[in-house]
Amino acid sequence: MKGGQALIKSLIDKGADTVFGYPGGQLLPLYDMIYDSDLKHILVRHEQCAAHAADGYARASGKVGVCIATSGPGATNLVTGIATAYMDSSPVLSIAGQVPTHLIGNDAFQEVDMIGITMPITKHNFQVMDANEIPAIVNSSFEIALSGRPGPIVIDLPKDIQEQELEEYRNELLDIPGYKPTKKGHGLQIKRAAQTIIKSKKPVILAGGGVISAGASSELKQLAEIINAPVTTSLLGKSSFPEDHPASMGMLGMHGRKVANISVDESDCLIAIGCRFSDRTTGKIDEFAPNATIIHIDVDPAEIGKNVEVDVPIVGDAKVVLQSMIKMLKKDTSGLDTLKWIEHVKKFNKNCIPRISFENDHPLKPQQVMKELAQALDEDTIMTTDVGQNQMWMAHFFNTTKPRTFISSGGLGTMGFGFPAAMGAKVAMPENDVVAVCGDGGFLMVCQDLATVKEYDIPVVVCVLDNRYLGMVAQWQKLFYDERMSHTHLGEVPDFVKLAESFGVRAERVEKVGETQQAMKDALKSGEPTLLDIIIDPDEILPMVPPGCGLTEIVGEYKVEREIPGDIRYKTPGKAQEGGD
Amino acid sequence: MPTKMEKSTEKNHIISALVEHKPGVLQRVAGLFTRRGFNIESITVGESEIPGLARMTIIAHGDQQVLEQITKQLNKLLDVIKVRDLEVDSTVKRELCLIKVHAPTEKVRSEIIQYANIFRGRIIDVSSEALTIEITGDSDKIDALTDLLKGFGIKELARTGPTAMSRGAKTI
Ligand SMILES: Cc1ncc(C[n+]2csc(CCOP(=O)(O)OP(=O)(O)O)c2C)c(N)n1
Ligand SMILES: [Mg+2]
Repeated sequence: MKGGQALIKSLIDKGADTVFGYPGGQLLPLYDMIYDSDLKHILVRHEQCAAHAADGYARASGKVGVCIATSGPGATNLVTGIATAYMDSSPVLSIAGQVPTHLIGNDAFQEVDMIGITMPITKHNFQVMDANEIPAIVNSSFEIALSGRPGPIVIDLPKDIQEQELEEYRNELLDIPGYKPTKKGHGLQIKRAAQTIIKSKKPVILAGGGVISAGASSELKQLAEIINAPVTTSLLGKSSFPEDHPASMGMLGMHGRKVANISVDESDCLIAIGCRFSDRTTGKIDEFAPNATIIHIDVDPAEIGKNVEVDVPIVGDAKVVLQSMIKMLKKDTSGLDTLKWIEHVKKFNKNCIPRISFENDHPLKPQQVMKELAQALDEDTIMTTDVGQNQMWMAHFFNTTKPRTFISSGGLGTMGFGFPAAMGAKVAMPENDVVAVCGDGGFLMVCQDLATVKEYDIPVVVCVLDNRYLGMVAQWQKLFYDERMSHTHLGEVPDFVKLAESFGVRAERVEKVGETQQAMKDALKSGEPTLLDIIIDPDEILPMVPPGCGLTEIVGEYKVEREIPGDIRYKTPGKAQEGGD
Repeated sequence: MPTKMEKSTEKNHIISALVEHKPGVLQRVAGLFTRRGFNIESITVGESEIPGLARMTIIAHGDQQVLEQITKQLNKLLDVIKVRDLEVDSTVKRELCLIKVHAPTEKVRSEIIQYANIFRGRIIDVSSEALTIEITGDSDKIDALTDLLKGFGIKELARTGPTAMSRGAKTI
C-alpha cells in the first residue's frame, strides 16, 4: 500500500464519506489513487470553497469535514477557510499537497510553508515525513479535531510520501502526552455554581457555540426551566435553544436583541456556557453584566478569565457539567426565588418582539423576506448565512429551534462563507433542506461554485439579498462616518438570475411581497439547486450598539410589534472608537 | 482583562515548560507569544531528564492575569506537556555568558583576570588582543561584571538567557 492509498483508507475508515478538493501538480499521485477508490470527491471551483464546504459539512453533522488542496497556491487558498473554522471551533481536516521532501526549503515550484502559515489558525498541524505514519496521523487528527474544544487540523503531505510504500498499516492513535482535554468539571465548583444560582434573583443564561458542539441543548433547556432563567445566545450559540420558547431572548451583543442586552445588564447571575465573551457579544467589557456573579462553563480553560473576570470557573464539557449541575439543583429548589424575574423578562420580551410584517413596503423589507422564508421552511431546514446585514437579519428575525440548523461565520466574519457552507451542509445532511442567505457582495466572492452545485446536483437554495451595497459597511458609514459612502456601492452588475442561468442553475428574481415564500416553495419542490435574487430595501438598518459602548447604549429604534415601555435607557454615543467589520 | 479586580502589578515571571523535543516546537511557542502580544524577555531550550522531551525556560513580563493566560495558552499547544510558573523566591536561576574583552597589554589582562576571579568567572581564551571570559550566575551578577568590563571595551558578548528550576526535591 502506498502513502496516498493509506490516506484514502484512513479517511474512509474514519467515516469521511465525502471530501471537497481541487487537484494540482503535487497531488497528482494522490488524485491518481482517488481515481479508483471509494472516496467520494467533490471538485469545487475554488479551494476556499472546499474549506468552507468542509466546515459547513462539519457544523451541520457534527462530524469532521475534509478538504484537499494542492501545494502552494492551492494550500494558501484554503487559509481563509481554515481560519474561519479555527475562530468558530469547527472540526475541519485540511490535506495540503507539498513538494517532495528533498526539495522542501529550496523555494521549489509551488512550495509554501503551510505548517508555518497555519500554526496560529489550527488546533494542530502535521507534516508527514514518513508514509508509515499516515494512518496514525489521520486517526489522531480526527480525534483531536473533535475532542475537547473542536478545531481544524492541517496535514501537509509531500509528493514523494504519497508514493512511498508502507511497511505496515498501523493506525493506533499517536501518543500525545500534552493533550488531555478535561470533560468532567470540578465537582466543588459545580456545587458552588449551583449554590450561586439558587441564591440569585435574576439569573440569565448565555449560551454559545460550545453548547451545540457538546450536544448539550436538551440539558440547556432543562437548566433554564428548572431555574426560570431567560436564555440569550451568542451568534454561534443560535439554534442551541429553541427560539420559540417563552424564555428565549434571542441573540446578545452589538447587533443583539434589546431584551437580551438589557436583561444581561440587569442580571445578578450570568451563567455562560460554551462561549468566549467576544467583543461583539459583550460590548464595552467594563460595563458588561455589571451586577452579575459570573459562572463560566467552558471546555477550553484558556477561555475562562481571558476577556471577562469570572467568579465561578468550571472547565469541562458543557453536556457533562450541565448534567451534574442539573442533578444537584433538582435535589432542592426550595430556595429558588426567580419567578418574578422570568415573568418580568417574558413581559419585556413580548414588548420587544421585532416587527417582521412589512406587507405594504416596496422595495421589500428584509424582515418581510425573513418572515416569508420562515413560512416556507420547516424547522429541520439548515440555514447558513453570509456576513453582513444579511447575517444580522437572519440572527434577529429568523427563529431557529433545533441545534445545528443555523450556520454562520462568527469569529472571523468571512464574506463568501454562506454559499459553500450550505453546499457542504447539504452533502452531509441530504435529507434536510439547506438554504443559504447571502449578501450580494459576499455571494459574488464565491459564485463560481454554482458550477459545483450544478455538476454534482447539490440542491441548495441560495437567497441573494440584493441591496447593491456592502450593506453592513454602508451602515457604519451612515451611522458613524457622516454618510460618506466610500466604495460600498456595488453598482448595477451582475444580473444574478442570468449569472445563475449561465451555470445552468435555476434562478428567479423576487421583488414583491409574497414572492419569496412562493419562490422558496417552488425551489424546494424542484429538487434542483436554485438561486433567488431577492431585491431588498438598501436603506433598512438594524439598531446596534456602537463599538466601545456598553450593551444598553443602543443606537437606532427597534421596530416592534407593540410599543416599548418608557424606562429604557438610550444614549447617543460618539464616533466609533475601535475596529469595524 | 480583569473588570472587578484592580489590575495586579506587573513583574517578571519564570515559566518552566516540558515540551516535545522535535522540530517546530520552538516556533509554536514563540509564535504564540507574538500572536497573543505576550511580553517575553528570554527563552531557553535544551534537553531535559526525559528522553524525547526538552525543557524550556521562559522569562515573561506581565501581571497575574497575563501570566495565567500565558500558562493556559501554552498548555493548549499539543507539544507542550507541562507548564509551571516558578516562584521567584524558591527558584534557582542561572545564565551563562561569554564576554570577549579588549585586552592589548599585560596590565589590562591581569586587571581583567582579577575581576573575573572575583565573579568566579573563567578565562577560556587568551590572545594578544583579547580575553574571553565565561561566567555563570543570575542575571544581576552577569550585569555587574559586564558593567565593570565595559571600561576595557567589550568586543563581543553572548548571553544564553536564564534557565531555572525550583529548589529542594520538588520537580515540575
Ligand atoms: C472577506 C471579507 N472581506 C471584507 C469584509 C468586511 N465586510 C463585512 S460586512 C461587509 C459587507 C457585506 O456586503 P454584502 O455581502 O452585500 O452583505 P450585506 O451587508 O449587504 O447584507 C464587508 C465588506 C468581510 N467581513 N469579509
Ligand atoms: Mg449587499
